[in-house]
Amino acid sequence: MDDALTPAEWSAVWLSLKVALTATVLSLPAAIGLGYWLARRDFWGKALVETFLSLPLVLPPVVTGYLLLVLFGRRGLLGQYLDEWFGFHLVFTWKGAALAAAVMAFPLMVRAIRVAFADQDVRLEQAARTLGAGRWETFFRIALPLARRGVLAGAVLGFARSLGEFGATVMIAGNLPGETQTIPLLIYTEANAPGGIEASARLVVLAILIALAALFAAEWLERTQGRKDAKG
Amino acid sequence: MTQLFCDIRFRRNNGFAIEARFEVGAGVTALFGPSGSGKTTLLHLLAGLLRPDRGVIHLDGRTFADDKKGVFLAPETRNLGVVFQDLLLFPHLSVRKNLNFGVGRRGARSIDFRRLVDLLDLGDLLERLPGTLSGGQQQRVALGRALLRGPGLLLLDEPLASLDAELKNRILDYLERALAEWRIPTLFVSHDWADVRLLAQEVLVIEKGKSTGDVPSRVVKQ
Repeated sequence: MDDALTPAEWSAVWLSLKVALTATVLSLPAAIGLGYWLARRDFWGKALVETFLSLPLVLPPVVTGYLLLVLFGRRGLLGQYLDEWFGFHLVFTWKGAALAAAVMAFPLMVRAIRVAFADQDVRLEQAARTLGAGRWETFFRIALPLARRGVLAGAVLGFARSLGEFGATVMIAGNLPGETQTIPLLIYTEANAPGGIEASARLVVLAILIALAALFAAEWLERTQGRKDAKG
Repeated sequence: MTQLFCDIRFRRNNGFAIEARFEVGAGVTALFGPSGSGKTTLLHLLAGLLRPDRGVIHLDGRTFADDKKGVFLAPETRNLGVVFQDLLLFPHLSVRKNLNFGVGRRGARSIDFRRLVDLLDLGDLLERLPGTLSGGQQQRVALGRALLRGPGLLLLDEPLASLDAELKNRILDYLERALAEWRIPTLFVSHDWADVRLLAQEVLVIEKGKSTGDVPSRVVKQ
């Protein structure tokens, strides 16, 4: 396998996995919280929140990347404070790539998770409350386990979307080999070089394999969890 | 001596309104009335799943709700056992985990797990998921779950409805044994006078109001 990929390609693979995993893990709790909130609460301006949330799905990714740059650039609205107070930089770093991936994947995750919560019988939560469980216990013992398929689907969707993120990533993190050059960016770079179509084919196959592995892992998790529940 | 005191008003957004003033002592009390009169709504008000617009609810000197004092206890702090009409067993948890869900909460009395399992014939079902049980078995699990909570008051929503005659008699038998064993004061709602006569020592009747809410549903003592 060492011979199959060049050091640059290995680096892109590991970086992609790191970026996608970070983006998924860090945004999953917020996606679960927001999905639950949107499924359970009706409030004034809910449609507005939902529209805003879906924006990254319909905007050109480059535009989202541009907005992230405006927000999190070194002189950006938030970026300047991150720099000043914590010495934390996102632009041209893998963390910036993870942020771009998280923002692009977030709406997909929330959608899948929200549907899972909305499909539940909310009276099960009422039953748990009458049995002495507070809001948090009810959420963690009843609502969340019952929504696990949706959460898992959301996480896999988010991971896959993060893995394929290009436009927003290139805006905020650039295309630095070994630093921010993920699989899609390397494919783009290689494909633009002479004879690059053949060179990038390996990476294309690898990207497909990683996506398939993520789907299989989710399926396996779902099955083992189902068996555990059946045993009680 | 258990005493539930309830004097409340409640109105839904759709205009449905209910007024209820009654007391319930120890033993089994039925809340009898036609469909749509607000029996389940009243049960949910007592359980804390709905908040009354006005009035007070006390159980054994504890204030569950009092609009003037701004008191409204959350359902989890009321120490009640509720058996819902649709049972609402947790589908992802085994019978054992369903039964134990409410065990060991603060302020609850202790009910012996083995004794309850024997009394309700649940021994062979403990590791199964609710979805694999028959209707009668699910009913027993729901009753057992509410009893194991060690409640100060048991609320049953149409516990015998939608059961055929044979199953009804069997569930009734289980219910009577359990109530005799642990002497938990019980309020059950029913639209079936035959069920009320079978189970209740006291009866409250709920008279259906107008759906416009001009005339609210009212509870009257039988």
